[in-house]
Amino acid sequence: MDLTPWEKVKLARMPIRPTGLDYIDYIFDGFMELHGDRLYGEDRAIVGGLAFLNDIPVTVIAQQKGRNTKENIARNFSMPHPEGYRKALRLMKQAEKFARPIICFIDTPGAFCGIGAEERGQGEAIATNLAEMVMLKTPIISIVISEGGSGGALALGVADKVYMLEHAIYSILSPEGFATILYKDSSKAELAASDMKLTAQDLYHHGIIDGIIPEPPGGAHNDHEFVTSQVKELISADIDELLGLSVDDMLERRYQKYRNI
Amino acid sequence: MSRNFFKSKQYATSKIYRSKPQELRGSDEEKPNVPQGIMTKCPGCSRVIYTKLLIKNNRMCECGYYFRLSANERLVMIMDEDSFTQIDQQLTTRDPLSFPGYCDKLVRLQTQTGLVDGLITGKGKICGMTTYIGVMDASFLMGSMGTGIGEKLARMFEKATYEGLPVIVFTASGGARMQEGIFSLMQMAKVSAAVAKHSEAGNLYITVLTDPTTGGVTASFAMLGDIILAEPGALIGFAGPRVIEQTIGQKLPEGFQRAEFLLEHGFVDQIVERENLKATLGAFLKLHHKEDRRNL
Ligand SMILES: [Zn+2]
Repeated sequence: MDLTPWEKVKLARMPIRPTGLDYIDYIFDGFMELHGDRLYGEDRAIVGGLAFLNDIPVTVIAQQKGRNTKENIARNFSMPHPEGYRKALRLMKQAEKFARPIICFIDTPGAFCGIGAEERGQGEAIATNLAEMVMLKTPIISIVISEGGSGGALALGVADKVYMLEHAIYSILSPEGFATILYKDSSKAELAASDMKLTAQDLYHHGIIDGIIPEPPGGAHNDHEFVTSQVKELISADIDELLGLSVDDMLERRYQKYRNI
Repeated sequence: MSRNFFKSKQYATSKIYRSKPQELRGSDEEKPNVPQGIMTKCPGCSRVIYTKLLIKNNRMCECGYYFRLSANERLVMIMDEDSFTQIDQQLTTRDPLSFPGYCDKLVRLQTQTGLVDGLITGKGKICGMTTYIGVMDASFLMGSMGTGIGEKLARMFEKATYEGLPVIVFTASGGARMQEGIFSLMQMAKVSAAVAKHSEAGNLYITVLTDPTTGGVTASFAMLGDIILAEPGALIGFAGPRVIEQTIGQKLPEGFQRAEFLLEHGFVDQIVERENLKATLGAFLKLHHKEDRRNL
């Protein structure tokens, strides 16, 4: 299915696409959700918890869009506050302690821009996740399932393996925002989407991501099982591979992966 | 008599960059915030000031208004005389997306500003203490971070880690270099990774947040300092004020995202006046000095 970058942007934002919790339901067994950052609050834009992948205990973290308006409001349209990133980091450090691999599902328009987010250090929260994730002594796999918006996505995206779904996008800014800044015209978002090189195919071509996960005809929403079973197969194989490395080797590879971009 | 005159003149304009005096020309043509001409009007108090006097006063007005400094001016102000050596001076940024018009824009800006990009890195002494230092320059595409700036920072942190030396970074940036797209975003991870390794090895990292520090720079190396200092009144935040106002549909309160606001909310260790900055940095460097450190 050949879609233009702008068509992919629109598809990636469709509310009928499978969300983080859909992937969790299909891929893992016995998911137990854990709440709160232990510092300020609970951010429902990010879901985190423990589950079994096959027979291995893992930590799962997902940015969660609402599947209806009510849920979208509760989840702030998957735009996390600092608490969300700090909860994610708390669970990642816990995963390190118990030697559990970490799987992150990325799906956000971006970190939330608001007064509270600034007062509580949105920049600091994201920065800390980047620096900590590089050094975490346990395997990390991140998958951009629909929308990977800027630093708010990267804060769950420093990993040993990074994948994107076939029609997912990952970018420095929304095409609308990009068009406003660079073309001084937000209606040029379609042009921006193409200039920005934000598709999974572009990012794979540029060596930013490790692979592309195929979607069924029409998109991931047409066959949840098809998409999730491929994700499961991929991360199961990766975890085997990563657990076979020494921690030093794994961390050196992770460092070099970003160092060479 | 004439010999003395020439001698003093020669060294007066090239204190740090003796081998490359042309670098001191700075970037005054570009920037709205930087004084030009004989007289300069202060946006803080509307007074008209002699530009020469302003420069002599580290570009601070009597009313407390801070004009932005170029990276070169900052280095002259902070570093011990003749102690600074630049690294990766000619390292240029890439155009990884072949973005329309970007290469031409870079060349034009380089000619206009005399800078290669919005960051100078190097090694030198502050109050006799050896340190690596990076200074951003907002006059070059708002100090936005692309692959060039990311690479220079990563190299500096790796050198400092190897030599067991501290790093000081003066931030001044609007955030990501849009024209480099996802590559610009990934520089946040790359630089944070290099900072993390430097930190793990027990080395000191100080950031000094200057006007403006926003976006991807705030959300990466700016906020990772062991010690985080800020200049009075500097705008510091993740999202820009206009974006927030658009998102929430209301006007932001006075002083929002200024250095004093960050201090109050616990994200900055100290706000330091420009005239005290060198001594403050020197004091922190002395507090972290290890006798057995290799001083390569
Ligand atoms: Zn004034």
